[in-house]
Amino acid sequence: MGRPSARLFNLVVAALAGLGALFFILPLLGLLVQMPWASTLSILANPSVKAALELSLIASLASTALACLLGIPLAWVLARLRFPGKGLLRGITTLPMVLPPVVGGVALLLAFGRRGLVGEPVATATGLGLPFTTPGVIVAEAFVAMPFLVITVEAGLRSMDSRFEEAARTLGASRWTVLWRVTLPLIRPSLAAGAVLAWSRALGEFGATITFAGNFPGTTQTAPLAIYIDLDSGQLPAAVVLSLLMIVVSLAVMVALRGRYLGDG
Amino acid sequence: MRLRLGSFELDAGLRVGAGQVTALLGPNGAGKTTVLRTLAGLVPLAEGQVVLDGQVLEDTGRRIRVPAERRPVGMVFQDYLLFPHLSALENVAFGLRARGVGRRPARQAAARWLERLGLAAQQSARPAALSGGQQQRVALARALATDPRMLLLDEPLSALDVSIRAEVRHDLRRRLRDFSGVSLLVTHDPLEAIALADHLIVIEKGRVVQAGTPAEVTQHPRSRYVADMVGVNLLRGRMHGDVIEIEGGGRLQVTGTGSGEVLAVIHPSSLSLWRVRPVGSPRNLWSCRVTGLDWLGDRVRIQLGGQPALVAEVTPAAVAELELLEGAEVWVSVKATEVRVYPA
Repeated sequence: MGRPSARLFNLVVAALAGLGALFFILPLLGLLVQMPWASTLSILANPSVKAALELSLIASLASTALACLLGIPLAWVLARLRFPGKGLLRGITTLPMVLPPVVGGVALLLAFGRRGLVGEPVATATGLGLPFTTPGVIVAEAFVAMPFLVITVEAGLRSMDSRFEEAARTLGASRWTVLWRVTLPLIRPSLAAGAVLAWSRALGEFGATITFAGNFPGTTQTAPLAIYIDLDSGQLPAAVVLSLLMIVVSLAVMVALRGRYLGDG
Repeated sequence: MRLRLGSFELDAGLRVGAGQVTALLGPNGAGKTTVLRTLAGLVPLAEGQVVLDGQVLEDTGRRIRVPAERRPVGMVFQDYLLFPHLSALENVAFGLRARGVGRRPARQAAARWLERLGLAAQQSARPAALSGGQQQRVALARALATDPRMLLLDEPLSALDVSIRAEVRHDLRRRLRDFSGVSLLVTHDPLEAIALADHLIVIEKGRVVQAGTPAEVTQHPRSRYVADMVGVNLLRGRMHGDVIEIEGGGRLQVTGTGSGEVLAVIHPSSLSLWRVRPVGSPRNLWSCRVTGLDWLGDRVRIQLGGQPALVAEVTPAAVAELELLEGAEVWVSVKATEVRVYPA
């Protein structure tokens, strides 16, 4: 009695799986079909497009650097120390990963904006402000990207045998030397993976960037924002070119991280 | 060097002489590794002081504490902890570079150390590519390269294959003799302690139960615990074929053959005692005189003078039966199979 029901089962699974695959394939296909292959180069030469790409590159690299500068010590504290409220701290630093990015942008405004918790005193003292500036973009991107770095590095630190650090100390190494010549080299794979993840997240960030830094071409209009604007103003070809470019970059990241986070094959 | 330290687990006063090798012997979990980590500065003292060559490294009373990285102490860890991302040469040079020595002089000094330990060919190898014995030597070189005044060794032989342990032990003994500072090693293996140390400290449950030279402690254990652990007959001699000429007189027939300097271990309970010369003459038979009796719980240890001098262990009933009093003459025998031989 099993054969007919087995066949039905296989059919249903195949059909749904096929639909699932199409769900992903069709949009990609759509992009490839609509790609203005002939005018790609002239679109890329367009000053506003170039500006968006340059800004995306610079801002994502800078925000990754900021994420590393603050995130590595944070990861170290979470991995090595024990203190009350540690779980809460870890929860808060991981929050941007699940938070809707635009909400993140709003929160950043409330903290660092001209009328924000920290932003107001700084603005009245120095006249400087973060919102709607390039540094603002960097901060917004770092906000969403840093959790990835912290989580990866913390896992790396936990899995590393901390007795190597003790051995280094008995040999006369100061804390800095231990960190620089023993700890960081030993977690290099986790560090690299964390940095790449953070960078790719920063590169693709939209919600927090547009909310906190605004959408000014040249200063805060990163590639994702440029794509949105192009679409909105009916400039489909430019949007498609930029989108495909970003997909290529994302693909490269996936290839770089294969086996480590995304499984083999 | 003089030190006293106290903690929840260990309350011990240790006095360790310069140029000497001291072994701390005790079962696992007795807190021996904690002693080393405390001396190295990795764990703070709960109470007491550590003084090395007149320099106070730690004093809880006066709130002095020199951090680990500034103590003139080198440590060899139980699983060596060689930095996996550095070559053998870079590992050995690490301590010097950490202390500010330039890259080239540090590497040259490291190369000399590796050569001295017979590892010149393995300079650029990563630790994972080295054998256990080689790793141990690199770890030793790494600890010695910084010219420490005290060397700490945590179970130096336990991570090694049993088959090479004797050879490495012999080599280690030589290196420790060459080291001019203080050496302190901890182990749970009585033979390791006896073979390597000038001075033996036995600890049980966090307390020092006996201290002295290996000869003293093995021949005159003061408690059942020490006797069980370490109170064996330890005879040094020279082996030819299956016979050992014992230092100080006497011959010992054993199973197996060999040559050169050896250590023969006979457990006191393996010795048989006879008032009358036994018939059938077992191969190992000596005439001895009872020089002392130690009553330890449910066993009695009989000190026997003769060639060789031995210690036997019998029940109180046997003592009564054989009328073993001081001065009594006895025949002592042991089966060749009960003798364990190690290269010295």
